[in-house]
Amino acid sequence: MLDVRALTVRVGGKLVLRDVDLRIDTGETVVLFGPNGCGKTSLLKTIMGGADYRIESGCILFRGRDITALGMDERARLGIGLAFQRPPAVRGVKLAGILRSCLGKRGAFREQELAGLAAELNLEEFLDRDLNLGFSGGEIKRSELLQLMAQAPFFVMLDEPDSGVDLVNIRLVGLAISQLLEKEKPAAGGEKAGLIVTHSGYILDYVNADRACIMLDGTICCSGSPRELLEDIRAKGYEGCVQCRGQK
Amino acid sequence: MKRKAAAAAEKQAPYGPDIDLDAYSTRPEKHGAVASLTELPVEVEERALSVGVAVGEECRNGSFFQMDHSVVFSAAYQSGLEVMDITSALEKHAWLEEYRWRALAADADKYTARAELMPHHGYFLRALPGVRAEFPLQACLYMTQEGLAQHVHNIVIAEEGSELHIITGCTVASPVRSALHVGVSEFYIKKNARISFTMLHNWAPDVAVRPRTAAIVGENGIFLSNYICMKPVKTLQSYPVAYCEGDNATVRFNSVLLAGEGSDIDVGARVFLRGRGSRAEVVSKAITTGGTITARGHLLGEAPGVRAHLECRGLILGNRGKICAIPELEGCVKDLDMTHEAAVGKIAPEEIEYLTARGLTAEEATAVIVRGFLDIEMKGVPASIGEEIRRALEGEKIGGGF
Repeated sequence: MLDVRALTVRVGGKLVLRDVDLRIDTGETVVLFGPNGCGKTSLLKTIMGGADYRIESGCILFRGRDITALGMDERARLGIGLAFQRPPAVRGVKLAGILRSCLGKRGAFREQELAGLAAELNLEEFLDRDLNLGFSGGEIKRSELLQLMAQAPFFVMLDEPDSGVDLVNIRLVGLAISQLLEKEKPAAGGEKAGLIVTHSGYILDYVNADRACIMLDGTICCSGSPRELLEDIRAKGYEGCVQCRGQK
Repeated sequence: MKRKAAAAAEKQAPYGPDIDLDAYSTRPEKHGAVASLTELPVEVEERALSVGVAVGEECRNGSFFQMDHSVVFSAAYQSGLEVMDITSALEKHAWLEEYRWRALAADADKYTARAELMPHHGYFLRALPGVRAEFPLQACLYMTQEGLAQHVHNIVIAEEGSELHIITGCTVASPVRSALHVGVSEFYIKKNARISFTMLHNWAPDVAVRPRTAAIVGENGIFLSNYICMKPVKTLQSYPVAYCEGDNATVRFNSVLLAGEGSDIDVGARVFLRGRGSRAEVVSKAITTGGTITARGHLLGEAPGVRAHLECRGLILGNRGKICAIPELEGCVKDLDMTHEAAVGKIAPEEIEYLTARGLTAEEATAVIVRGFLDIEMKGVPASIGEEIRRALEGEKIGGGF
């Protein structure tokens, strides 16, 4: 599905990603761990096509196509979706409006479909609100997932979907993510794939991830079982990763 | 009154560039009356429609149509509503003289003075006590002659417990490039009465416009004003004022302005909150694609329990153009709550990028944000007028290509 090869990226002159390799297959869900500022969000934004993320070298292949030179909107239309960690508030643009636009890009849809999606994330009352304006942290996460559900991308990127979400809503968030990744129908092989950045790992209680990677200082240094890596990080912190990398 | 006005004939207005009034002709050709607005030529019909005035009069309770200095049509279709030209109204109602220049001073500046010294009609609209207009009244002030001056004086009265909805469109025939429009409008909203007033302007690149508007709002009265000018104009300066005289009076001014290259727009709204518990909201949305906009707002809280909010938002599209937001609050009693919010800038790139991540192109994202910016509160405005406002705003292809 996604093949990131030797990607080196700068933002405003600062090196944020160094020689990153990451391959994610169709049907696979990968979680990305790493300390603050290590480059996790930069990797997601670069894959999405953020204008500030200048690719120095390397390339990004999506479903066999080189998308390195494509703009964000083109990548979105090809089927890449990103739930932002801290999206901007967009005054005057209603949540329902952007959902209609996302649904409309996939073909004809009915208003009931939109209302149904909003109900799944307990956001019916937010449809007429300005996008993210005055939303709480948890509401933003749910609104981001709702937009992705309307987009239905092949490749789903989630930037800390569990931070700021209360215990009641984390289950909804987990369900929504499983639905986005089509985790409920693994027998079909699944057309989707995902990359989830998580700090706390809470979301792993609700989403069945296949593999985890650890990012340190702009590069992916380790990969393995999500549970095992999370336990290691909890036990030894990222300091342990640094030492481990040193030993290698 | 004439003497007072004559003394102010050269008095410059505090805002806006000074206009040489003598540069405009005051001798237009005469236009004959029509029995129905549908008799008007198609090109007039189209221009009128662009400012919300429909010749078919669908969903209208009455119409007034003035071309240059000739009143060509006036009619009311609901009992208890009056629609006529001001000259006839003053002849019919001797008491109306009491209302002339009560809310505004004839010697405020050279433009009010001109409207008194050289009046060219204008409309008189009135709802009798307790009468609630089912549909809006519409009025069109139309200019057909190059270089003409049109000075109108309008008076609108909502008697106690009545309700009026008005849509006024001011425009010029399509070949006209230069003209002067001076429009004096006085609104009287009595106890428990309500007026919603929507004004759409569609001028031409060399037209000078000086509306002079004031409203007096009585106890529990409501005055809602929407002003929209999205088309080129050379100079437009207006600073309508409302006096919340009665307790619990409510005033809302919304304005949506677009200044292209060469347009100089200076529009504000001032509200005196004098009645206990009176409320005001002034919201201005200004976009420049190369012109200059000054958005003023002034709230004066003079009674306890007053609540008022002022909002000036300016959007700069492109690399030229200027927006100046000047909000002012003045409170002189302790028990009041007045706030203001002003923001001027371009569209934040991260907002555009965010929407492109949802599959919109940068042009689509910009257009969506601009449309959202122009969205105005339509509460209290009849659906048919809301539609006209939406049409006037959506007709604009702005925001793309930046």
